[in-house]
Amino acid sequence: MAYAVKDYKTEVWVDWCPGCGDFGILNAIHQALAALQLPPHKVAIFSGIGCSGKTPHYIGTYGIHTLHGRVLPVATGFKLANPEMTVIAVGGDGDGYGIGAGYFLAAGRRNVDLTYIVYNNGVYGLTKGQASPTLPKGVQTKSLPEPNLMEALNPIAVALGAGYTFIARGYAYDVRHLRDLIVAAIQHRGTALIDVLQPCPTYNNIYTREYYNARVYKLEETGYDPVVHDPTNEKEIVEKKAQALLKAYENGDRIPIGIFYRVERPTLEDELAARLPYWGKPLADLEPIYQRDLTPLLNELH
Amino acid sequence: MPKRFVSWMIGGPQGSGINVAAETLAKAFNRGGLYVFANIEYHSNIMGKHSYYRVRVAEDPVHAPVEEVHLLAALDEETLFGDHHHNPEFPTHRGHVHEVVTGGGIIYDADLGDIRDRLKREDLRLYPVPYFEMIRRALEPFGKAAEYRQYDIMRNTVALGATLAVLDYDFDLVAEVIREQFKGRRARLADLNIQALRVTYDYVHEHFGNDFPWKVRKRERREDHILIRGVQAVALGKLQAGLGVQTYYPISPATDESTYLEAVQSKYNVVVIQTEDEISAINMAVGAAHAGARASTSTAGPGFALMPEGIGFAAITEAPGLVVFLYQRGGPSTGLPTRTEQADLGFALHPAHGEFPHIVIAPGDVVEAFYDSFEAFNWADRYQMPVIVLLDKYLASSYITVPRFETRHLVIDRGIRYPPAGQQDGYLRHAVTESGISPWVVPGTEGVIFWTTSDEHNPKGHISEGVVHRMEQMDKRMRKLELAAREIPDSKKFTLYGPADAQVTLVGWGTTKGAILDALEELATLNGLTFNFLQIRMMRPFPAEPVGAILRRARRVILIENNYSGQLGNLIREMTGFRIPQRVLKYDGRPFTVNEILEGVRRALKNDEERIVMISSEAREVIPWPTR
Repeated sequence: MAYAVKDYKTEVWVDWCPGCGDFGILNAIHQALAALQLPPHKVAIFSGIGCSGKTPHYIGTYGIHTLHGRVLPVATGFKLANPEMTVIAVGGDGDGYGIGAGYFLAAGRRNVDLTYIVYNNGVYGLTKGQASPTLPKGVQTKSLPEPNLMEALNPIAVALGAGYTFIARGYAYDVRHLRDLIVAAIQHRGTALIDVLQPCPTYNNIYTREYYNARVYKLEETGYDPVVHDPTNEKEIVEKKAQALLKAYENGDRIPIGIFYRVERPTLEDELAARLPYWGKPLADLEPIYQRDLTPLLNELH
Repeated sequence: MPKRFVSWMIGGPQGSGINVAAETLAKAFNRGGLYVFANIEYHSNIMGKHSYYRVRVAEDPVHAPVEEVHLLAALDEETLFGDHHHNPEFPTHRGHVHEVVTGGGIIYDADLGDIRDRLKREDLRLYPVPYFEMIRRALEPFGKAAEYRQYDIMRNTVALGATLAVLDYDFDLVAEVIREQFKGRRARLADLNIQALRVTYDYVHEHFGNDFPWKVRKRERREDHILIRGVQAVALGKLQAGLGVQTYYPISPATDESTYLEAVQSKYNVVVIQTEDEISAINMAVGAAHAGARASTSTAGPGFALMPEGIGFAAITEAPGLVVFLYQRGGPSTGLPTRTEQADLGFALHPAHGEFPHIVIAPGDVVEAFYDSFEAFNWADRYQMPVIVLLDKYLASSYITVPRFETRHLVIDRGIRYPPAGQQDGYLRHAVTESGISPWVVPGTEGVIFWTTSDEHNPKGHISEGVVHRMEQMDKRMRKLELAAREIPDSKKFTLYGPADAQVTLVGWGTTKGAILDALEELATLNGLTFNFLQIRMMRPFPAEPVGAILRRARRVILIENNYSGQLGNLIREMTGFRIPQRVLKYDGRPFTVNEILEGVRRALKNDEERIVMISSEAREVIPWPTR
């Protein structure tokens, strides 16, 4: 049986503002799931808190809407308990790079097989437009009483340092391109980050659709090769990271989207599979763990 | 009748191996058919600061430490005379000599010279042993005598060898335990240590009389008892329960439980993940619980302080199978990282904002810790609410001889799964039911896709701020607590030890249990009064009716708690209206000794004092005793 895009939708009313970039991301996720023909019951979507946090309610797969900033730990725990599931985590830039910054870093180190999509619009939308960690210093979006005091962090650059094995940037209004990125991210073994330029039409009057439409270009159309072809070659890894870093800081008149960096490395699941006797099946109903014999451990206590 | 027992203490700088010596001896006693209670006091420090370990051994079960020391083994000068040398402005203790009973003994390094003047006591037996000379002699057969200074780590074995000689205990049992500690390529170290043990054992027999009054004799070996400490009991209970995922962030004194699980993970297939902080630890566990695994995280107060939002999240999303293990230590803030306290009861009862159901269970000893840790997962699954198991540093690190855990009667109950009666359509994760329980499913199952959210929600798990959904969901969640209160038997919630109609009722919770039980036997001989002990184990749902009834019937009630304010007393008053008039409290970071229970109860009975505060014997030479 083939799954259609509609099979990944729900009846829940989407309550984002008209023109919100989130719609583009939601559509891209729907389309990516259909493109991969993933059975809806084998997918779980997790979200943080904010406008983006509502995403799981609009997707017809298992959906867990977590806490502000904690989406990655929850999604990670879920994935480790059931490695058969396709796990997608979504959240905003404040959620992931602000309050969730520690988990953003640690997820890179762990390299669990999941996809993390960040809706990056430079503002805290649901609390009415405060500056987020990606809003540049000195910028004053319309609901800021004064210009932003702090420098922006560069999520691509941070992800390179944190050890993400798939790092991409998408654009919310190029749904087809974003869909392809999400497909590639899900297919990637390891933690995949997609930072999505997502204009907030309500609170960010500076980084708008018009702003990005005039600037974004696709890395893959320039002959850029993000892939580390020999993952055992540390030199190549560093070179590819350096190349990606330069692209990450290209944010003036031209802004690249596409895959910045990609490498195949052992996942946390690979490491656990090497350690545990029954790795791979859901722990929920794994018989041996409910029939443990403590005799050897008790014998050690004599 | 008071028990006959022998109490031994070893003290020395951290890193000197007092714990290895004490645990070796404890194990050898246990194998000799004896009962042991052993507990350590140590600093939040890796090398150098003073730590000491008590081992109490008897022919009958013992459950707590006592203050009197029959034999003190000192690895350094500080153990004898305190820390005023390197801490002149604010000394913390004056050594342990004052804790040694009349006629008791002190084993110390003969290189310290003549200490008799400094002891200021003439009622002790002294066993000066030249530690380095013993090490040198032990190394001789191995051709390493010239390097003896490099083997100063063996001083603990020397002290142990002297101990064996003075107590006249079985040499071979100790040698056997040492041999087991050094296996494989470290086997040669066993030979060195056993030789040091032998040389010292012979030296002490040769140079000192065999007149020590407190000897320890082995009895018949038995296989139905184990020597275990709290972190092991908890870990075993969790393994037996089918724990799937354990997350943790390193913190004293909880970490040892997680590393124990990690060490056996490849045998028992348990996923153990060290996280980046405790916020991640709790949330990762919640994620694993939502995937249908039994999941837990273990922490101490400062880590628990980072977990509230995760606990609230688990509660509102009704994650099945989540249990949090909270090892209390001295607070607030970083507080006393390696010391014990019972000050997080209030915190465990109110672990997050908002109102939600959860269960708090406080085992009183390692046996209860094992069974409660097991049962906690059944409750977490059945009621789909967070369960907090309240432990402490004292339980975590103390060794005790107990009957081997019986596991055959333990049944894993994963609660009510969907579909309860064969239907597959219209699954609602937060279905409103009479009991409050919404049957749960394992994600990945076809036809039962669900949503859930930390926002208030409708039965389907989608966000709703509607009045009806709010009321329905709040009420159904809280109904689960009423159900738990009805279903969980009283035997899990509290225990009354001793005669129901006793003249004095002692009330306590958690790890004061051992000292109170040991004290009960002696109290029975006090003033001709009769005593009983009401141990409260389940703090939520609180057994208000039976506890209130017992207390109202009691003739005289004394509360005993290892904290400043008497948190259980406050809870009892809140839940039953009963005000316990007298409180024996201790909050110096050390557990109650049997002596302190006796002293506290005596004072309570004598003076009608409302608030009696105990101070540990280790400091009584510094702080005037008794205070207040």
